[in-house]
Amino acid sequence: MSEAATPSLGPVSSSVIDAPHVRPPLLAQSAPWLIFGLFAAVPLLALATGDSFILVVATRMLIFALAALSLNLIMGYGALVSFGHAAYIGIGAYAVGILSSYGINDLLLQIAAALAASGLFALVTGYLSLRTSGVYFIMITLAFGQMAFFFMVSLSAFGGDDGISLSGRSTLFGADLLRSNLVLFYGVLGVLAAAFLLMRMLVASRFGRVLRGTRDNPTRMRAIGFSPFSFQLTAYVIAGMIAALAGVLLANQVQFVSPAYMTWARSGELIVMVVLGGMGTLLGPIIGATVFILLEDVLAHFSEHWKLGLGLILVLVVLGSRDGMSGLARRLRGGSDV
Amino acid sequence: MSDVLLKVEGLRKNFGALKVTDNVDLAVEAGEIHALIGPNGAGKTTLIHQLSGNLKSDFGKIFFDGRDISPLSMQNRVHLGLARSFQITSILDGFSVLENVAMAVQARSGSSFRFFRNASREDDINAQASAALARVQLADRAHRRAGSLSHGEKRQLEIAIALATGARLLLLDEPLAGTGHEESAVLVDLMRSLRGSHTLVLIEHDMDAVFSLADHVSVLVYGRVIASGEPAAVRAHPDVRAAYLGEEEIA
Repeated sequence: MSEAATPSLGPVSSSVIDAPHVRPPLLAQSAPWLIFGLFAAVPLLALATGDSFILVVATRMLIFALAALSLNLIMGYGALVSFGHAAYIGIGAYAVGILSSYGINDLLLQIAAALAASGLFALVTGYLSLRTSGVYFIMITLAFGQMAFFFMVSLSAFGGDDGISLSGRSTLFGADLLRSNLVLFYGVLGVLAAAFLLMRMLVASRFGRVLRGTRDNPTRMRAIGFSPFSFQLTAYVIAGMIAALAGVLLANQVQFVSPAYMTWARSGELIVMVVLGGMGTLLGPIIGATVFILLEDVLAHFSEHWKLGLGLILVLVVLGSRDGMSGLARRLRGGSDV
Repeated sequence: MSDVLLKVEGLRKNFGALKVTDNVDLAVEAGEIHALIGPNGAGKTTLIHQLSGNLKSDFGKIFFDGRDISPLSMQNRVHLGLARSFQITSILDGFSVLENVAMAVQARSGSSFRFFRNASREDDINAQASAALARVQLADRAHRRAGSLSHGEKRQLEIAIALATGARLLLLDEPLAGTGHEESAVLVDLMRSLRGSHTLVLIEHDMDAVFSLADHVSVLVYGRVIASGEPAAVRAHPDVRAAYLGEEEIA
């Protein structure tokens, strides 16, 4: 099974380019099928156990997996650690909350508004943030995230601190499809799968290659004629828009929108999910978000100090493998940890 | 003789009170190998930084192919055909050898704002990258991880990357630094094979290599060019003997 893992160091056929050099193709082959397949089977588990809460938790996992996936584009493939990424979840959620308070419940309109607002916010804040790097980039994204948070807190017309309760879920072409938790679950799973495929394509494209090269060595990229800024800004905008899509889905699931989605602690959790699963790996953020929500749920049963346990696990994973849990899995299966 | 490809006039750079580049004039003819020599701290690398656009000059002008490139960024100078290598090897360790070079081809092959097609399967780019690798004798290493190459191979790779940018003029900052005897012989042959097709500006401490390769030698001491000319003339220049070659030659 791990045949594909053996790095081809031997003689190589002269013209054939076989390996798209993103990561060793070990996990990339079968793991996505496994993970998405397992998720697709979750409703059966809910049916068998009669515990419908399982579906709710699984939907939450998928939504945060989508948000973590988007953060990974800039953090894992661009070395741009944004500490304000939760703001985009908030923007997406408020697009639903605000529009529905005006009686606009159509999902597609809400998504369009969320993408436009988040794209604009990312364009402006990214343009300014990307003039810095390293710790300063972290700080400035944190500052923009908190500005968005406090803006919504003080916006009393839309609930301010208390948020907005939605009267129902969004409609699609006038139909109240998403009212069913099952439909919502598969809808979210479909969105995540599409985003995963998009991400895989982006990372391997010309654009993604420049982004990855800049992550590794920006001076080298300038020395061959690239100006990294516009590539980084584009990635920043794409990441923000996908996170806003996660926000639209989150608002629909819980039927409630509040500034609490946008706090810097939330942004920190997204970073934890990405690191936990494996930065700069395609599946890492999905695994990380799943494990995070699982721990949040399971550990919280035992103790209200569940985050202590989470911290411990995070320390072990990070010490055990630089590539998070997906790197750990690779090592356990005997692959090389290059 | 032939045309001047790179012309430098009154170039200066100060770091505080220290004159690192002090009123440097240079003329590099197309197709020649022009060596910059000088003792440590003479300002050779700073000069390369200024020529490549990595560092802004305080005064003076740089003309490339008759065009004033002084205000241009490093990226834009590369687009005009002026590429550099680094004193400390600077490659993308985590990428394959081929992709390191393909990246440079990509940089001049239309827009890189393409989001869908797999870049590592663009045959046209890969073919050009392979050609550059073949030119530096690294064809058989194409699919290796760049970080796993030997030091000498990494220096060859850097030259392949510079070639792949489509550059006419290469600024090579100590390409032989840290290489063993055999590695350096490969690199010297490689540079010799570029004479005529490319113009080389070369910083090098290895005097045997310099005098066997260079068509023109300029000597930099304390940021000033104290002598410039054909190797034999420079070698015989009394100031150069005193300031730089002196001790070895006399001893």
